Amino acid sequence: MKRRDFFKTSVGAGLAAGAALSLGGYEKLWASAPSVARYDMVAVMGGNPDAMFDLGIQELGGMSTFVQKGQKVLIKPNIGWDVIPELAANTNPLLVKRIVEHCLKAGAKEVYVFDHTLDNWVNCYKNSGIERAAKAAGAKVVPGNSESYYQQIEIPGGIKLQSAKVHQLLLETDVFINVPVLKNHESIRMTCCLKNTMGLVWNRGYWHSNNLNQCIADYALYEKKPALNVIDCYNVMVKHGPQGVSKEDVVLMKSQILTSDWVAGDAAGAKMLGIPTEQIEYIPIAHKMGLGNMNLDSLNIKRIKM
Amino acid sequence: MLRRFRIVFSTLVLICFFLVFVDFRSIIPTAYFNILLYLQFIPSAIKFLDIATWAAAGFFIVLVLTLLTGRTYCSFLCPLGIGQDLFSRIGGRFKKKFRRYGFKRPFTILRYSLLALTVIVTLIWGIYMITLLDPYSIFGRFMTYFAKPAVLYINNFLAGILGKFDIYTLSNVPVKRFALIAYSIPAAFFILVGTLSFTKGRLYCNMICPVGTLLGLLSKVSLLRIKFNETACTRCGRCALGCKSSCIDFLNHDIDVTRCVDCFNCLNTCQEKALSYGFVSLKKKVHETDESRRKVIAGSILMLLGSSSVSKGQQKSAPTPKKDSTVKENKTYPVCPPGGVGIADFNKYCTACSLCINACPNGVLQPALSQYGLAGLMQPVMDYHKSFCTYNCTICTEICPTNALKPLILEAKKLTQIGKTIFIKDNCIVKTEKTNCGACSESCPTKAVHMIPYEGNLLIPETTDDICIGCGHCEFACPTVPYKAIFVNGNPKHVAAKKPVNVESEIKTPVDFPF
Repeated sequence: MKRRDFFKTSVGAGLAAGAALSLGGYEKLWASAPSVARYDMVAVMGGNPDAMFDLGIQELGGMSTFVQKGQKVLIKPNIGWDVIPELAANTNPLLVKRIVEHCLKAGAKEVYVFDHTLDNWVNCYKNSGIERAAKAAGAKVVPGNSESYYQQIEIPGGIKLQSAKVHQLLLETDVFINVPVLKNHESIRMTCCLKNTMGLVWNRGYWHSNNLNQCIADYALYEKKPALNVIDCYNVMVKHGPQGVSKEDVVLMKSQILTSDWVAGDAAGAKMLGIPTEQIEYIPIAHKMGLGNMNLDSLNIKRIKM
Repeated sequence: MLRRFRIVFSTLVLICFFLVFVDFRSIIPTAYFNILLYLQFIPSAIKFLDIATWAAAGFFIVLVLTLLTGRTYCSFLCPLGIGQDLFSRIGGRFKKKFRRYGFKRPFTILRYSLLALTVIVTLIWGIYMITLLDPYSIFGRFMTYFAKPAVLYINNFLAGILGKFDIYTLSNVPVKRFALIAYSIPAAFFILVGTLSFTKGRLYCNMICPVGTLLGLLSKVSLLRIKFNETACTRCGRCALGCKSSCIDFLNHDIDVTRCVDCFNCLNTCQEKALSYGFVSLKKKVHETDESRRKVIAGSILMLLGSSSVSKGQQKSAPTPKKDSTVKENKTYPVCPPGGVGIADFNKYCTACSLCINACPNGVLQPALSQYGLAGLMQPVMDYHKSFCTYNCTICTEICPTNALKPLILEAKKLTQIGKTIFIKDNCIVKTEKTNCGACSESCPTKAVHMIPYEGNLLIPETTDDICIGCGHCEFACPTVPYKAIFVNGNPKHVAAKKPVNVESEIKTPVDFPF
């Protein structure tokens, strides 16, 4: 997509948002995001990560549906591994960059990007290409390597996980945008929207030793939910996840899924990988807990092929 | 003039060493480490014994330099010596009047005994004494154990303040403390060297340091040295009072060259300009030559050179290799860093300068206590409870000044198996709790640890030895306490790991949405 087209799209999105406001949807904008969007989910296929996002976010009414002027935004990609972008263990840097640009265009006061990495964080930020891409777009890239950045929160209603230490940015920002990369995960079968939250917390070892599936679902109870999940399915690691061994693990899928319902997002991710949803235990658990809808048939999904 | 040059030069050297050791953000390229460390006497000599090329001939340059100029190494290049000068200077400020050193008799027996002991122990048993007394390594440990944590605490304090203003150019770096007992030897030496230099100038260098004693011996035949102009001298004694080495016997117009570190302070102190630095007069040189002493010098050098090749034939103090490791839950061997070739080889060449411990971006290298036995005291050992060896990194192998860790290119390091992972099913969450975990497999860069079906929908780890490189990420990630369900047992000899075989997936690029 050319810059000019991008501007046109943005203007269109702005108008749409304005129209929505004039039609009396003002209160809705301040309510939880899902009720505002025209679709429960937008799935795009066939383009580059940035172009697909432009289209997808347009279908959801533009970024201004989710980000208001002057708000602080947290973008949480997956930057867990010290590998190059082609191996798809981390979110595509082009996608992160474009989301940052959209947020700033929508009037965000500040956009932050971080992850609690598994490999050495300096190398992860650098070799994933995300640090450079996000900074180029105007985001602040923040470390998540030290416990001193994390604060205790309570998760009322959690069955196994009643509290956690989350990055202070999650608490200090107004909008949380979850940007996972879809991957096979040998240990828990798939990593996507819900699993990506493990990079928000410090003490994830606790999750592993206390029924990982339940903890992943429990965390989704926490009040600070993502306004939007953007699932990167451009290059998809279909085996040896979440880290991957070599390029043979990666399949080009040229897809992207945008949704405010992260359980639905995970259900769609499971379909992309060809894994029965029930096998990925945290999805049905989260569904039963009322944290989202895993029945894709009952959702209003917009499918776009570029 | 000479003094000023010495001060400027040595200050720069000290600053460089300081920066190299506290460079926690890995800003300084490893090539600069090597330039700086090239002229460190003991590390270079050990490296030379190992690879015998000009790339390791720095110690030879130091020897030549000493034969030409005396113990300039001690004032210009030795970081511990320069550090002591700094301490002496601070110590001098605390005295009410200016400090008086004055001429003192040398501790001849003590210093030559220590030199002899160092040579003999190295020759027969191994590197113990060098580890303990090499001035560069002592300095390295001061930096590692005390200076770097201090720098980190300052950094973290500043990072905290900047963070409040939403600035993240500095980031918080968690300080990884060593086991308390690991601090004992560096702390003892810090007190010893610190107190001596604070009050008595270069007494440590002239009483204990074996490198100082050896270079002192060589200085006896050096060409350039401090000389008295006996006619101009008024025997005021100012030179002796200001001499850090307490080596100027002004009454007899004699300077003990074995102790003079060529600091050139006396040149400035003398108001009559009766002291100068220049070529020794022929007459005096003949007078000082002493066959037996020369033999001692030559012998010492030969012994140092020969020590390693001799000791190669000696019994190794580290554990000897076994073929199969059958013991569970207990490490039969510690894990020595990549590039070490094997535990015994590594133990033989490492002087525990701790540079690698500092440079490791992951903080997985920790000073050994008893893991390697006495020979490996304070040498770096992989501690997978603290951290793990990051897959895309070779820094420790690039900077080792003694070649105890030999350079590995990244591709070679990724196929160097320093240990093997061992899975203890009875400790595993999946078996004990009947819930999924897989933290180990998730972390494994080669998938030597992978998940296989277990009861119901559960998956449990399985290991493939030949593609495991022993990075320890699985052990680090394993959440079980107090014992891990998976751990890495060190390889006494590092071996080549197989490259993971990988085939294309059956899943193809989709043409339509599957939902």
